Amino acid sequence: MASMNIVVCIKQVPDTTEVRIDPQTNTLIREGVPSIVNPFDKHALEAALALRDRLGGTVTAITMGPPMAKLALWEAIAMGADKVVLLSDRAFAGADTLATGYTLAMGIRKLGPCDLIICGKQAIDGDTAQVGPGIAEHLNIPQITCVRSIGSVDNGVLAAERQLESGFERVTVQLPALLTVERTLNMPRYASMQGTMRAIEEDIPVWSAEDIGANPVKLGLAGSPTQVRRVFAPERRQGGQVFTGAPEDTVPAAVEKLRELKVI
Amino acid sequence: MAVRIVSDNCIGCGICVDNCPFGAVMLEGGMAVLGETCTGCGACHSFCPNEAIEIEKEIVTQSDSGQYHGVWVYVEIKNGKPLDVALELLSEGRKLANQLQTDLSGVVLGHGVEGVTAEVFAYGADRSYIADAPELAVYRTEPYTDVMVDLINEYKPEIVLFGATNNGRDFSARIAVRVQTGLTADCTGLAIDPDSGLLLQTRPAFGGNIMATIYTEHHRPQMATVRPKVMKKAEPDYMCKGELVRHQVQCSEERIRTKVAEVVESALKIINLEEADVIVAGGRGLGKREGLKLLEELAETLGGAVAVSRPLVDEGWVPHHQQVGQTGKTVGPKLYIACGISGAIQHVAGIQGSDVIVAINKDPDAPIFEMATVGIVGDLYEVLPVLTSRLKDLAEKAV
Repeated sequence: MASMNIVVCIKQVPDTTEVRIDPQTNTLIREGVPSIVNPFDKHALEAALALRDRLGGTVTAITMGPPMAKLALWEAIAMGADKVVLLSDRAFAGADTLATGYTLAMGIRKLGPCDLIICGKQAIDGDTAQVGPGIAEHLNIPQITCVRSIGSVDNGVLAAERQLESGFERVTVQLPALLTVERTLNMPRYASMQGTMRAIEEDIPVWSAEDIGANPVKLGLAGSPTQVRRVFAPERRQGGQVFTGAPEDTVPAAVEKLRELKVI
Repeated sequence: MAVRIVSDNCIGCGICVDNCPFGAVMLEGGMAVLGETCTGCGACHSFCPNEAIEIEKEIVTQSDSGQYHGVWVYVEIKNGKPLDVALELLSEGRKLANQLQTDLSGVVLGHGVEGVTAEVFAYGADRSYIADAPELAVYRTEPYTDVMVDLINEYKPEIVLFGATNNGRDFSARIAVRVQTGLTADCTGLAIDPDSGLLLQTRPAFGGNIMATIYTEHHRPQMATVRPKVMKKAEPDYMCKGELVRHQVQCSEERIRTKVAEVVESALKIINLEEADVIVAGGRGLGKREGLKLLEELAETLGGAVAVSRPLVDEGWVPHHQQVGQTGKTVGPKLYIACGISGAIQHVAGIQGSDVIVAINKDPDAPIFEMATVGIVGDLYEVLPVLTSRLKDLAEKAV
């Protein structure tokens, strides 16, 4: 294949190591939680950039989110994306995975023909791993999820290795196709100086629901079959006995306890 | 879909006015009213602090929920046998079906797989749907999605459960789009709401920092994935029999756009962590790669497997399939020994189901001690050799 037009879907997520719940009000404490590019998506972007560097073509990064999500796109440009677009509209708010997949698919459709769409396997805030396959289904293209290695691209057929629970499989797929990638796939590059300069100057295009020709009934809260009934802090396990002292004392005591519990 | 102002609740604060993307909300006489430009997008609903804005969703006629009956479990097959997660889900599905006073069915896709139905019935299914075709011999997204969607459209189950395996996650998300319904990922709790009969699906979000209970009101089936080891397997009863429904599969190889050239079982001796009874896990506190040796020795003594928390995978010391936690695996061993693991919520989320947790950490304030059944405060490089030799002694004595 001469050159490839690749779309990478990225998501801006709260750094989940920083999110807590207020035990009194049962609401999320979002204050002071930094936003980052979903770590899996950086591997998706790296995969796209590496393919472009190898075969030629363009890499377009797309995201759906509030205006603040432009930050994630600037980061994508700094890493080397050629083009970016933000899908942002109040009508997108409250979307579950079905509505999100639809919205991104409509945005990608408007970008024009592409050969490959790459997503991170999952986002660390929701961990659903559903949006990638959802986009592929909306666009009626095949997919390979959990990609751990990308091989040849030949005659419109891409070869990849797909991670399984106890091994992997070698798969080929006809393009256009969608991949979701594992973090073991590659090491994302750092932002380049040149890319950062470009990012500073870039005026990021923002597309609304109308711009992408979306059906309002399928967007946001309205287009989401799932609803959240309740949010609460997880139940914690109760701690047991803690032994402190020299290993010669603590270890036998702990082992005795484990024998009582009949696990050894 | 329509938006409605609940006049009793509206306090006229105007937040909806400011947040309407279409300028369709106005205040009249201290109360919100909707203008003609309202598209029913529901943005105002999400901003209203007082539950004064209701959304009436258009009920999709295709999903007229009254036509949908029964609980289904997708029974994933590997090497001719159902995965444990499928048996766990059949056990859980049996309880849900009893509560709803409906049937439980196990759905099997593959080639030459009819033999597994004995197992499906033994774990409580009243019925087994079998789709058997050469095209289904190896899992592939397209034919598996096509067949499952066909089955759903034909037999209309009200609930469908999938194991959250790589394959289960791969096609359940596509099925949800094609039948236009909700899918809740990685549920840790399933229950039937006694009032509405809806499936309440509880799952962790934000890296396990919060739990959310989710439901699908107007679309059918209600679908969820559940990770391995989250639900408990019931005792099988091999005397149980059920109804076998063979589903005629229509798919042609030419139309399938992916080919699986080869399935490679890892050459390394991988103990599937999800099936391990004993797991010895290391975290950031290991400090150096050599520490893995100590874990391996202890694991070997106990006949267990070695796992790690995310920092060690990020360091590249250990492959991802050995990672336990929110972005790794959920495990449920009898004994989990956490060495040099502080107990970050992301890791803890993956080990909640362990019977006994032992924590070894030199920081007495490490959060892991708050959840460990047994804690040892000490440097793991001093504690582990003593522990391993003590256990070896005991093992020898027992012989």
